[in-house]
Amino acid sequence: MDLNTILQILDSTVRLATPLLLACLAGLYSERAGIFDIGLEGKMLAAAFFSAAIAVVSGSVWIGLVAGIMASVALSLIHGLASITFRGNQLISGVAINFLASGLTVLIAQAWFQQGGRTPSLSGAERFNPISLPFSETFASIPIFGPVYGQLISGHTFLVYVALLAVPLSWWLLFRTRFGLRLRAVGENPAAVDTAGISVTRLRYVAVMICGVLCGLAGAYLATGLAAGFVKEMSAGRGFIALAALIFAKWRPWYALYACLLFGFLEAIGNRYQNIDILGITLPVQFMQALPYILTVVILAGFVGKAIPPRAGGEPYVKER
Amino acid sequence: MSGKEALPKWVDVVVIPLISLMIAFLISALVILAIGEDPVEAVRTMITGAVMSTYGWGYTLYYATNFMFTGLAVAVAFHARLFNIGGEGQATLGGLGVALVCLSLPWPHWTIALPAAMVGAALFGAAWAAIPAYLQAKRGSHIVITTIMFNFIGAALLNYMLVNVLKPQGSMEPSTAYFPDGTALPTFQDMFGVFGLTLFRGAPVNVTFFIAVAACFLVWLLIWRTRLGYEIRAYGQSEPGAVYAGISPFRITMIAMLISGGLAGLMAINNVMGEAERLVLNSVEGAGFIGIAVALMGRSHPFGVFLAALLFGFLYQGGAELGLWTNIPRDLIVVIQALVILFTGALDNMVRMPLTRLFLRMRKGDA
Repeated sequence: MDLNTILQILDSTVRLATPLLLACLAGLYSERAGIFDIGLEGKMLAAAFFSAAIAVVSGSVWIGLVAGIMASVALSLIHGLASITFRGNQLISGVAINFLASGLTVLIAQAWFQQGGRTPSLSGAERFNPISLPFSETFASIPIFGPVYGQLISGHTFLVYVALLAVPLSWWLLFRTRFGLRLRAVGENPAAVDTAGISVTRLRYVAVMICGVLCGLAGAYLATGLAAGFVKEMSAGRGFIALAALIFAKWRPWYALYACLLFGFLEAIGNRYQNIDILGITLPVQFMQALPYILTVVILAGFVGKAIPPRAGGEPYVKER
Repeated sequence: MSGKEALPKWVDVVVIPLISLMIAFLISALVILAIGEDPVEAVRTMITGAVMSTYGWGYTLYYATNFMFTGLAVAVAFHARLFNIGGEGQATLGGLGVALVCLSLPWPHWTIALPAAMVGAALFGAAWAAIPAYLQAKRGSHIVITTIMFNFIGAALLNYMLVNVLKPQGSMEPSTAYFPDGTALPTFQDMFGVFGLTLFRGAPVNVTFFIAVAACFLVWLLIWRTRLGYEIRAYGQSEPGAVYAGISPFRITMIAMLISGGLAGLMAINNVMGEAERLVLNSVEGAGFIGIAVALMGRSHPFGVFLAALLFGFLYQGGAELGLWTNIPRDLIVVIQALVILFTGALDNMVRMPLTRLFLRMRKGDA
């Protein structure tokens, strides 16, 4: 395996990890505030469709991005309404949102474009194009560092850098600000937050909205960065892999980055090699596809370090009467 | 819940689900309008296609059979306050069980093959539910997350089995060989065509339908007429209460999930053995998830599940007809399904809260 192959695999790792990372951070905000969200998948899918559709119609990926985020936030609000205002079951609400997105995207895509549930292909300014970081030409002649900088670090689309920046930002916001302290407290002990005179409802809605925005970015990246247009069910379970990564990361931002890179790496390997031989044992491609889920089950079972979710997660908060 | 006692039982069981369903249908109609189609025409197409001919009924009942099994699966787990979202994976594995049984022997007659296939289906489905159940009961891992993960693992496992193990030599398609003739289940066309008339022509509904109806009755018997059912419900109502009464949480979690997984697995005798007569990729086609909507609508009661399964069977077949005859894609049923889950499940309180207030006011007026 030469440097070029390694670089190609790592490059595709970064690209495949990006939607996972954005969705994983989305889930992090929501679940840290005590709102379980298994609707990440649906929100990504809705954002993917609306970003691509509006980008085609308007000719600008930026307008598409805004539309994608709005679609995702709209679904977030439904989730908030069900799980915060009406104290419904958050898991059932998440399931409903996944199906709503899955059905509506195809329905609307067919009505607008008549192409069997897909959007026309995006080109030029309708999608995010790779950004060349400064000096990538200058460094190109330097061995090892040149290609690493030019191929791996430079040359990604805007949203990849947004996703990577979102990690330290989320860490700072959640663990170094008053807002973050309150947000985490509301997921552990909402009654205490309420006693301190802070609105549990408001905080949880804010968390759910942030989740919507990040899922919107993830979905927009799928349709306008990674691919060039929307196809039916294009999120392909990524929302659930992000959920798995969130558990794997034990609800912490930096670990979320590592988990998403790991799962992105597995996907990149799975895309490149059909079967992998390790020490004489052949691992089938299906095993690689299932590995993120298997790892998550193992982590959840507490065999390798215990993953403990926020204590008030999934419980609607009822103010004492 | 304080709200529950304030409402008469018939409101809780009949009125609230009906109102929720109405809202879901109303929004579906608005969706149809929004994509520039005619909702009245759509309903007419669905009714014509799903219930105005024995052929339509043949498909409606075929789908309803699937949904009865998966709906019962979700319902049994709900009684123990476990949310089994893994019906899809359990039904997938059930299909594997059916295929292994059907392909293992040259079965002479379906009456012998069917019980064996049922055992295979239920065992594989239950096994796929057993691991998440064990992890929930012993290790405290959240059953919703593990069953979701097991759906994906199950899909990958089936993919592997079909591509690498079960595919006949020389075949390009990832599927098993066709099952021997002795495993072919009698369809309604075979059973009801006695008076020289051909009914249910070509429709896949088969003898499994009666097994599904029997399963509804048996689950009712189990939940409301046996000691085990009482323990399951007691555990679902209050875990500390159940523990105080000497009920083992581990035992109930395992048993409830094994029954749930077994029921989901049993679906495979309908779609794999009865219809396709071989195992293909993605044979479950989302029926495991529709079971969630069916159980929610049916209020986890077997009779409610039976009715809700019929309704979803109608929607499924009607939706297919929409895709054929109108410009509305059959994905509309996914939207309807989502709205039913949303309004009868997650937004239940949106209907319940105002009704409770209304009834409290009426009662005050009486006094």
